[in-house]
Amino acid sequence: MSDPKTFFLDEEEIPFEEGQTIIQAALSAGKFIPHLCYHPEFKPHGSCKLCTVRIDSRTVTTEDGQSVKIPGRAAASCTTPAQEGQHVESEVPEILDLRRTLVQMLLVEGNHYCPSCEKSGKCMLQGLAYDLGVMDPHFPQYFSKREVDASHPDILLDFNRCILCELCVRASAEVDKKNVFALSGRGNTKHLICNSESGKLGDTNMAATDKAADVCPVGVILHKRHGFEVPYGQRRFDIAPISDNPVQYAPVKEQV
Amino acid sequence: MRHQFELETAKTPEALKRIVIEPVSRVEGHGKVTILLDDDNQVHQVRLHIVEFRGFEKFIEGRPYWEVPVLVQRLCGICPVSHHLAASKAMDMIVNGGILTPTAEKIRRLMHYGQMLQSHALHFFHLSSPDLLFGFDSDVGKRNIVGVAAANPDVAKMGVLLRKFGQEVIRVTSGKRVHGTGSIPGGVNKSLTAEERDYLLKDADQMIAWSRDAVRIIKQLHKSNPALYDVFGDVPTTMVSLVDEKGTLDFYHGSLRARDKDGEVIFDQVSYQGYNTLLTEGVKPWSYMKFPYITTLGEEKGWYKVGPLARVQNCDRIPTPQAEEERAEFVAYGGTKPMHGSLGFHWARMIEMLCAAETIKDLLLDPDIMGTDLMATGPRREEGIGVIEAPRGTLFHHYRVNEDDVVTYANLIVSTTNNNTAMNVAVRDVAKNYLNGHEITEGLLNHIEVAIRCFDPCLSCATHALGKMPLEVTLVNAQGQEIDRMTKDSEGRVAKGAA
Repeated sequence: MSDPKTFFLDEEEIPFEEGQTIIQAALSAGKFIPHLCYHPEFKPHGSCKLCTVRIDSRTVTTEDGQSVKIPGRAAASCTTPAQEGQHVESEVPEILDLRRTLVQMLLVEGNHYCPSCEKSGKCMLQGLAYDLGVMDPHFPQYFSKREVDASHPDILLDFNRCILCELCVRASAEVDKKNVFALSGRGNTKHLICNSESGKLGDTNMAATDKAADVCPVGVILHKRHGFEVPYGQRRFDIAPISDNPVQYAPVKEQV
Repeated sequence: MRHQFELETAKTPEALKRIVIEPVSRVEGHGKVTILLDDDNQVHQVRLHIVEFRGFEKFIEGRPYWEVPVLVQRLCGICPVSHHLAASKAMDMIVNGGILTPTAEKIRRLMHYGQMLQSHALHFFHLSSPDLLFGFDSDVGKRNIVGVAAANPDVAKMGVLLRKFGQEVIRVTSGKRVHGTGSIPGGVNKSLTAEERDYLLKDADQMIAWSRDAVRIIKQLHKSNPALYDVFGDVPTTMVSLVDEKGTLDFYHGSLRARDKDGEVIFDQVSYQGYNTLLTEGVKPWSYMKFPYITTLGEEKGWYKVGPLARVQNCDRIPTPQAEEERAEFVAYGGTKPMHGSLGFHWARMIEMLCAAETIKDLLLDPDIMGTDLMATGPRREEGIGVIEAPRGTLFHHYRVNEDDVVTYANLIVSTTNNNTAMNVAVRDVAKNYLNGHEITEGLLNHIEVAIRCFDPCLSCATHALGKMPLEVTLVNAQGQEIDRMTKDSEGRVAKGAA
């Protein structure tokens, strides 16, 4: 049996198996790379860009003897295969600044009012914001006009919080085989829709037991009549910050 | 009863001098007082204006009902527990008809009495004691809590630690000192562990002792200067509060009782479910805060006061021994008629703080607070009304929730709103008695603020409404001549055209 292949993540040697992406190998090794649209049970999407890393930066010596760093290429670690000997930078100031800015843009694009959101304390966007040290939204609030769809008997959709990660779209299509959700529109009018004639969730065949009902990383898809049942101190990210939970989902290698 | 319209509107305001106290200090939220005086410093108009604008009633609409107890508490950072619990009580009605398990009710009561303790301590020690200990027109540079700490460190320490204890009770029951999530529709999300109970219990006796000391401080002030304390900001008016089925003081639940200014019962044991016919919310074009009144008595005679002075004189007894002893002495001090001097609020408030401290200890010794049965179920309804006695007075929350589980209607009457007319009458009384004909000084103007502070108003809570306020926009040219005007009345009717 040959030695496992390895690459370097922030100078730490990480083993990987052929076909694994950088984020898969990192999470399997207990190393957290921030992400929102990535989920090990679904095909990589590469849209949120939170998992962006810098690959194979080089240091060269100039004619006058000075060392100069040539930045490597930036890539989404959820769609980039791990390669032998690769040098990957994740927890470096430049990348952390980029992630912080992405989170700030997501926070102002939607209407994320954490104090009254049931997902507060278990929301990945909020968890990442805390972890990245986001102290304010920085950008002007969009105040997007978005609706609540309460037409389904068991599930409520609060579109105010949608980050367009398409996890619900993928879960409904790939696992539930129902195609309940889709994205519509382009640019800053892009939005989540329900595939029914009325456009209402209540007119789809979604069930509260569907995979799509529990996959939302933020507070869009909520089970009705349940809110704030977990006290402060016992919520997911009260117990440990998001970066201390490197394996957010049980990786399912064979589905990659 | 004093006429509420006296000094509300001057006949010729354009010919008068205008003094503005803005912001009113050492109260919660932002407000201002305008005073119009003639050349002889005779007062012609006094108004307490609430200049904040919030809008909670409107943006609650369309939200899922389970968010509401957590969302509406953001009305206030001082007594969020009151809004949290009033909304929870209303939502209990919707999810199960208003049933609670013994553990859930006692945890909520513990949270609420912790709230009462911390809010009353904050108000008395941090906000009002500088006036009471140093004098209304004392050196303004020292008339604050820092000055109190320098001159009376034991009093300041007592206030800080009493408030801290109340906030710890809130934290243990709701998860956070401010804006916790403990109460949810149909119950609570946690009870106490033995460690949490013991942590609070170890300080309970000290809190009772300090609360009793606080009652003694304010009682002594009254008895040493009755000419000031018994009559300052005198507002003889109807008093409204909740009492339990036996007429006993209860901050968490009960039925409505009203006494007139002479102490005669106007109504008693009236279910708060009928509050919206019992009360009418009046509006005035110069304030964002409404002016409620008892419907059957009409706008002119139906205004009332709520809060400690109303509660302590409305009830027949207080359920804890030391506070009941103090209540009896308070009532005896007033003689055959209720006390209506605004400074009496402080005395009554400290009696309530003592009651809260005693009740917290009783609840901590009750094994139900460590129970595991947290949620109750029952038949679903579309409408819920929750009423509670908040630190500043009776607080009404009313919601309708449709079959899709979202709120379609919200109406809140907060404690300070109930006191709106009474506060205005009090400042007019003080203005008339202290300002008329005098050279206006900072100390004299502070008398106006002292009168407002007696009511412990929370102005940010009181400006939650949206869409019902009369508005007037006037367009004037460079010479000051009106060229156009647009008005919206309280029903939302818009009229345009130059006057």
